[in-house]
Amino acid sequence: MEIDFVIEKFILVVAIFAISLVIAMYSTYAERKVAAFLQDRLGPDRAGPFGLLQPLADGVKMFMKEEVIPANANKWLFMVGPGLAMLCACIGTAVIPWGQDMMVGDRLVKLQVTDINVGLLYIFGVISLGVYGVMIGGWASNNKYSLLSAIRAASQNISYEIAMGLSIIALLLVTNSLSLREIVEQQHEWRWNVLYQPLGFIIFMVCAFAETNRAPFDLPECEAELNGGYTIEYSSMKLGFYLFAEYINMFVSSTIMAALYFGGYNYPGMDYMATLLGPTWAPLFGTLIFFLKIFAFIFFFMWVRWTIPRFRYDQLMNLGWKGLIPLAIANIIVTGIVIAIVNKF
Amino acid sequence: MGTSVFYFVATLSVFFALMVVFAKNPIHSVLYLILTFFTFTVHYILLNAQFLAVVNFIVYMGAIMVLFLFVLMLLNLNKENEPNKSMVLRIIGVIAGGCLAVTLIGSLRSVAISDPLVLKNPSLGLVENLGKELFGPFMLPFELSSLLLLSAMVGAVLLTKKEEKVNG
Repeated sequence: MEIDFVIEKFILVVAIFAISLVIAMYSTYAERKVAAFLQDRLGPDRAGPFGLLQPLADGVKMFMKEEVIPANANKWLFMVGPGLAMLCACIGTAVIPWGQDMMVGDRLVKLQVTDINVGLLYIFGVISLGVYGVMIGGWASNNKYSLLSAIRAASQNISYEIAMGLSIIALLLVTNSLSLREIVEQQHEWRWNVLYQPLGFIIFMVCAFAETNRAPFDLPECEAELNGGYTIEYSSMKLGFYLFAEYINMFVSSTIMAALYFGGYNYPGMDYMATLLGPTWAPLFGTLIFFLKIFAFIFFFMWVRWTIPRFRYDQLMNLGWKGLIPLAIANIIVTGIVIAIVNKF
Repeated sequence: MGTSVFYFVATLSVFFALMVVFAKNPIHSVLYLILTFFTFTVHYILLNAQFLAVVNFIVYMGAIMVLFLFVLMLLNLNKENEPNKSMVLRIIGVIAGGCLAVTLIGSLRSVAISDPLVLKNPSLGLVENLGKELFGPFMLPFELSSLLLLSAMVGAVLLTKKEEKVNG
């Protein structure tokens, strides 16, 4: 293994890590601003111009708070919970292709940490691990509310994972590949997968909302009945990690949706732009477009949160098992039949 | 390098598997079992069976163990409400376990050390090749096993259904 390869990947990993943390940090600010906008308020505007330093102030506040570990809690697992939540949130970005191959000097740089040929399944696996942070933290707190919340999180996660997996199968029928890079490359110019799989996209998106525990699926942290659920015993930066992990998850799911269904770094007129900007700047422009798509999805997440009220638990289960799963199976069958007919003629 | 990684991971697997048995708290047992499965995933990757690795990761670590943990959390087993085990029960347990150990060791002694198997196609574990094998020569057993799983699923649903009351 050449040393420059290692350095290149190291820089890429650090950059992606830093970008996801900064985006998650400013998502907290954006969430409050969007909420304020939707409720006709001003939102945070005291720290810095337009309140732009608010996330920093929140971070400092979190670090300065007193650290409390309940006497009857399981101390080790209590600490493992938030760490696991952060870990699972951060490792998902490893297989995302952020842009086309870029020329830096005379060196071809791949804007992707690793292109494994089971990339899609890897992401699916990371998503399914995400619930352990909540479950372990909720159980280790030794609190009835936390325990109920952990159990809710587990059943919700398992239920919506199935529909999500089924919607991915329909996507696989279209793309014929599990490698994320190939899936994105196939969506050249305007041939985005959402045009071929609109129903699959809607199912995937609803499941992504449920897997990230975002409203209207935030039953594990329901304030009205569970007092905040699994976070109830947490204080200081451990609480901060849980809240932060949710925003990173939101960023990662937005990225996955943009890459799988909305073309990733592809945009109409990209061939023309490539001749205009050259092999160094055109891929970067594509990456910029990719991030704009991601931000649009993050905004959509927030928009939904401040528009739609929380589900009741039985409604959640009905939607998952009786609504989305049959719909996803029907989607697979229809997609299969259409592909068979198209291949015939 | 491959062998030393294998021995390292194998040691971890055995260690975590032992911890599953020796942990007093059932939740800790399940967490150690999750770690054991994780080391299995690493083994599959070392064997170049990427698909099996990632499926083991999703199905065993991500789904089945979540359900295990879910059930144990619902039961909420702890020291206070653990039923007292009598001495007779413990002795019987030790004898039964000892018998099993003797049988296992005895049967393992008679097994010869297997020759290293050389695969005709070393990249058989990659998704594409595995899919072609499963849906080509092994089509019938593959579909039959799915039928078996379906019948198990229907059986489980039937068991959870409450019997309708017969009002005369």
